[in-house]
Amino acid sequence: MAKFEEGLRYSESHEYIRVEGEYGYIGISDYAQHALGNVVYVDMPEVDDEVTAGEEFGAVESVKAASDLISPVSGTVVEVNEALEDKPELLNEDAFANWIIKVQLSDPSELDNLMDVEAYKAHCNE
Amino acid sequence: MEKKTCLYDRHVALGALMSPFGGFIMPIQYSNITDEHNAVRTACGVFDVSHMGEVRITGPDAERYVQHIFTNDVAGAPVGQIYYGMMLYPNGGTVDDLLVYKMGENDFFLVINAANIDKDVAWMKEHTAGFDIKLDHQSDFYGQLAVQGPEAEAVVEEVLGIPCSELKFYTAKTATAPYASPATVPDGSPSGIIISRTGYTGEDGFEIYGSHEFTQQAWDKLIASGRCKPCGLGCRDTLRFEVGLPLYGDELSADISPVMAGLSMFCKLDKPEFIGKEALAEQKANGVAQKLVGIELADKAIPRHGYPVLNMEGEQVGEVTTGYHCLSVDKSVCMALVKSDYAKLDTPLQVQIRKKVFEGKVVKKKFYDKHYKK
Repeated sequence: MAKFEEGLRYSESHEYIRVEGEYGYIGISDYAQHALGNVVYVDMPEVDDEVTAGEEFGAVESVKAASDLISPVSGTVVEVNEALEDKPELLNEDAFANWIIKVQLSDPSELDNLMDVEAYKAHCNE
Repeated sequence: MEKKTCLYDRHVALGALMSPFGGFIMPIQYSNITDEHNAVRTACGVFDVSHMGEVRITGPDAERYVQHIFTNDVAGAPVGQIYYGMMLYPNGGTVDDLLVYKMGENDFFLVINAANIDKDVAWMKEHTAGFDIKLDHQSDFYGQLAVQGPEAEAVVEEVLGIPCSELKFYTAKTATAPYASPATVPDGSPSGIIISRTGYTGEDGFEIYGSHEFTQQAWDKLIASGRCKPCGLGCRDTLRFEVGLPLYGDELSADISPVMAGLSMFCKLDKPEFIGKEALAEQKANGVAQKLVGIELADKAIPRHGYPVLNMEGEQVGEVTTGYHCLSVDKSVCMALVKSDYAKLDTPLQVQIRKKVFEGKVVKKKFYDKHYKK
């Protein structure tokens, strides 16, 4: 059974964002890691790269397939989770504790376009 | 609408992730691909491969007919011998790759890829003129299990009660099992259980063909024994890939001849004739524009089917056919069809993966050594 975490915003493509002030931590949901299976590689952007809401910023690779990461918001990458370079399986162990990128938001109003946990649960059960 | 194999309900009950493949709805994984892959490399796994197609060719001209449509040479083969080879178009493109079992004098059992069943059977029927043969399409009758891994021999003998230790690599025999009633193929041609020492994993193992009833009984025994992990098509692909075995649709196709794919050894140009022979002889003599190579990347990024292969100047010179982060050797590797100028071992090449380009070099297409028992 997939786990869901309160207090995060979720996108239809199964990324989450945890907002702290002007920053957001972006990762994939537990539902997403479950659907992917063993994650073997995470393709991440670099610090100072710009990301745009609705556009691809990297990919998560399972043994079988690559799945694009779609940014839920626009902004500038200020940090990437380097632990995932050596241990991509951390996403399987705890997808919510292991965010992928930290972004400085350029337009916080974009958060209104994302789902809360109840709406996201419903989305996953469709 | 995809077809179901006779084990469909069992896969669903085991919680398998089911996905369409070759016109069937098939199990991709039960637990996870890595565990299933490792089970086959270190112990034993069982695959439902009932989606594969079967055709029986009998009659006075059966051998001459097989020689006509098949690239390998079955002339005068001993009963029980199995051959790998291809059916080709006249231009050398590949109709399918297949196994041919010699079950008796002028009696052959052909095993073809699921995705190609309709095309292959039509192709075979188109080329029967002038041959006194009976062609029976038996895909709907046969289920098929592949029991693979270093412990496969013991598992088949002890769990399924089918003696198989005397079978040599690439040989087959008919068998019976007390828990399945003797079945007759509807058209009355020779039937029963066929077991061969073959597989698609690079490990020792067996492929077992039988009625749906037998296949279900055998599957249940294997799973209940706890000595054999159920394995999906996900790890079947990683296993076959890392030992360099081709998959039709990736490494062979109507546009990819066996010469391009490096499979000339299965095409016997000293045979009097077979469909596609002239084209292959020409390709052997004059060379081919593209060849299948292995590429190893320095980075961990994973090349996938269809990704562009570039030379060091950044021009596209080919395309990835299959790629993985190879489970048995912890390297990102792929097979790719590239311009022949770039096919030499150690040639530096790059693979474009999404927006980034990763450096690599040409290596042998075999990323992990086979462990066959011959």
